[in-house]
Amino acid sequence: MAAAATSETGARPSRAGRRLAAPAWVGTVPFLAYVAVFLLLPTGIVVVDSLKNPNGAWAFSNVTELGNPLVRGYFIGSFKLCVLSSVSGAVLGAILAYAIASGNPDGTVRRLYIAVSGVLAQFGGVTLAFAFLVLIGPIGLLIHASWYFDFPWGIGLIYTYFQVPLMVLVFLPAIDGVKVQWREASENLGASAWQYWRYVGGPLLMPAFLGGLLLLFANALSAFATIQAWENQIAYIVPQQISTALSSEVGLSNVNVADLLALGMVIMVAIVMTGYALLQRRAARWLR
Amino acid sequence: MAAVTALNESPAAASAGQPRGMQLRRRRRLNVFRYVVFTVFGLFFALPLLAMLRFSLEGAKLGTWSLTAWRQIASYQNTGIPPLISSIEITLELAVITCVVMLVLLVPTMIWIRLRVQWLARTMEVLCLLPLTIPAIVLVVGLGPIYNRIQHYELSALMLFWVYVILALPYAYRALAAGLSAIDVTTLSEAARSLGASWFTVIVRVIAPNMRQAILNALLLTAALVLGEFTIAYLLLYNNLQEELYSISRNTPNAGVVYSTSFAALLFAFVLLLILSYAGRRRRGRG
Amino acid sequence: MRSSYRFAVAGVAAAALFTAAGCSSSSSSSASGSSSVNWANETSASAGGGMSALVTAAKAEGTLNVIALPPTWANYGTIISTFEKDYGIKVNSALPDGTSQQEVDAVKTENGTAKAPDVLDIGMSVALANTSLFAPYQVSTWSSIPAAQKAPNGLWVQDYGGYMAVGYSSKFGTITSLSQLLSSKFKNSVALNGNPTSANAALNGVMMANLAEGGTASNIADGVSFFQKLKAAGNFSPVSATGATIKAGSTPVVFNWDYLNLSSYVGVSNWKVFIPSNAVLGGYYAQAINKNAPHPAAARLWEEFLYSQSATGGQNLWLQGGARPVEQPTMTSNGSIDTSAASKLPAVAGTPVFLSPTQATDAANYLAANWAKAVG
Repeated sequence: MAAAATSETGARPSRAGRRLAAPAWVGTVPFLAYVAVFLLLPTGIVVVDSLKNPNGAWAFSNVTELGNPLVRGYFIGSFKLCVLSSVSGAVLGAILAYAIASGNPDGTVRRLYIAVSGVLAQFGGVTLAFAFLVLIGPIGLLIHASWYFDFPWGIGLIYTYFQVPLMVLVFLPAIDGVKVQWREASENLGASAWQYWRYVGGPLLMPAFLGGLLLLFANALSAFATIQAWENQIAYIVPQQISTALSSEVGLSNVNVADLLALGMVIMVAIVMTGYALLQRRAARWLR
Repeated sequence: MAAVTALNESPAAASAGQPRGMQLRRRRRLNVFRYVVFTVFGLFFALPLLAMLRFSLEGAKLGTWSLTAWRQIASYQNTGIPPLISSIEITLELAVITCVVMLVLLVPTMIWIRLRVQWLARTMEVLCLLPLTIPAIVLVVGLGPIYNRIQHYELSALMLFWVYVILALPYAYRALAAGLSAIDVTTLSEAARSLGASWFTVIVRVIAPNMRQAILNALLLTAALVLGEFTIAYLLLYNNLQEELYSISRNTPNAGVVYSTSFAALLFAFVLLLILSYAGRRRRGRG
Repeated sequence: MRSSYRFAVAGVAAAALFTAAGCSSSSSSSASGSSSVNWANETSASAGGGMSALVTAAKAEGTLNVIALPPTWANYGTIISTFEKDYGIKVNSALPDGTSQQEVDAVKTENGTAKAPDVLDIGMSVALANTSLFAPYQVSTWSSIPAAQKAPNGLWVQDYGGYMAVGYSSKFGTITSLSQLLSSKFKNSVALNGNPTSANAALNGVMMANLAEGGTASNIADGVSFFQKLKAAGNFSPVSATGATIKAGSTPVVFNWDYLNLSSYVGVSNWKVFIPSNAVLGGYYAQAINKNAPHPAAARLWEEFLYSQSATGGQNLWLQGGARPVEQPTMTSNGSIDTSAASKLPAVAGTPVFLSPTQATDAANYLAANWAKAVG
């Protein structure tokens, strides 16, 4: 299903004479300009500031801060939590999405679950953490989960709560695109359900699944309000440390360190994205 | 765009003439699977919400019931904060503006890149993931000078839409990408072009309608994000719905109102999204 | 192709518009009304023509931007509404749960816009580090404020304070010393108000434990080891303590400033407070006026209101919120203090200790290196 680049000379319609000969990428300029001003520029400001010290002078040695064992601990903590919540969210979300997609496309269950997913995907923060606290915390209404305050298990469960709906929303269109004819055809050729998924359905959905996984990872990475409400007296992950660096009232605030930590997060995602790109390339190989 | 509907589309699609028994068995297993999944997940999602609801109905002492927290949503104290209604209005308007800008900006660009500018696809993916990697509290540091500039011209909270579109990019992109990957864009566009369609027609009238569910999902995600966004509005000193709810909860020492307002906001968003989902009624027979 | 060209032109035009807008300079939007006095430069009410001139100018401005003032913190809700009623000036309260650092950041980010904060209520370490952002001003009751609690030119002036206390649910009986908190009946119960490397109240909570354990203000190690012991006993609760968690019983013991441990603030009726007799740790906040305040006259009127000794002035209103106003000694001797509110303050036995800026920084640095290890 990889689309080959259509060259202009292929299907030239009758309007040929009136067309201006601008290159194709010009059509992406509005989007790129918008992103440049409202995303790249702030990011650039953050990156530049991370290499300065509070007086405004350049301080490239700031980067060595990233090697500080305390800082490394925060990045490892973030990584653990993101992997845990994104994998559980992606797998569970994919299962739920499949269950939704295999039902009546116009049915109430589908609409309900999509609306619920839309709402819960962005739900979090104080209220979610509190709800889990009263359900499975020390005075839990349901059970007392002794691991509730352990990192990353307690907070990982809370994160899964909004990761699953997010996965449902981004993965559902992909499942919808798996034509029922392919299943019928594979069964006609004698394939079992397992073989179908292993050789046909799985590879087809793998790119979208990996894309969802990556999104969930990044989503968990910068989440902040929820973990602050879960436990706000110890910092485990980078965003908590960034918050300290930005708003500490006890003299430990340092915007440049905060920017540096954010830069570290971007680098971490860049590394994960490289891994993702490699996986995608392998998955694409199964398709052709 | 057919769905995997072993239940409903069998007569038309099963023209290959499978053994009836196998179909029935598969359908039954599928049904059991679906019921189990919906029950388990339904419980998982419902329990924390019920806990919130129960707590929002708490009276002054633990274990009692009271509607005070819900009544307090209406009787906010206005020391220093604007009325709740105005923040609801602003947030709804913001959601609409953000969705429109996202629609106009992202959908044509993604289709265009898919069709004509393949080499930008990877860049696009990275750009659309970037907003998520930078925590909102840091993004505000970078946005400070830009919003300072904007606030010299327009103080309204509606100006938040500029950054909300960016915030929603990762989610909308992923939803649209999943939808784009499910249709044969090349064939459709070549067919339309060979019939004399302009690129505008190809994008707007041929390809986009085939991505209805994905576009709808992207808009739903965007709307949900705007309705639930707190950090950036809070740090840029704007009054949107979430910030207002937060202020209201800080206005009253009774803890319950935090939960009643959150629950009310969730319910409100849920009803809104449910209504929106009816706008995306699928046309059968397009597959 | 024409359609994409149209898009491109629109996009480039939008980008150009933005950069052009970026080149134009901004002007401060302070309103000086019809009078010739620019209140942004006045250092006292009398210098600008007297209180009535100040009130007129402030009313002409009509608005005041305050920041990080939670309504239940030291009675700020009533203070704001009283000010609004008395002078007919609309108060915009932004960022209710902001930290002192965030207040200062907002001043910088919003500089030049009509939303910039006019006045600040900040912790001492943040105040001392940012005096370049403030305007000097001396309120009419300047002489009633002890010299040690104000900057000589009025760049910052302390306003109210309290002592670090332990608030707890009455189901535990009566607590008289911190060592009782190590017993097994306090499982998962004891919480601070935030992360000590970030929140002023939390750092002072650890410091108070430090003093109770026999440590000195210059070395917070004993405080950290107290919390380490708490954690080992299973009594430390890392949960963010809020009204909701207290009500639910998840955080029945909270270290916090005494004015934040009031029953009315916490939201439950069975809440008691105690201050250890050998560890009386005090802390004051400070007022400051934004040098580039969009409403300079209203800002100065607000300060006059906060430091006024009248029965419905800021000082007494703070006292009713359980905080100790900075002019309390003077007001007690001249009789303007609200005696019934003063009698409700928690009993304090022992000499109060106030952290110096160096001691606070040293404590913060020690915590940055050791806190997570001790309780994580």
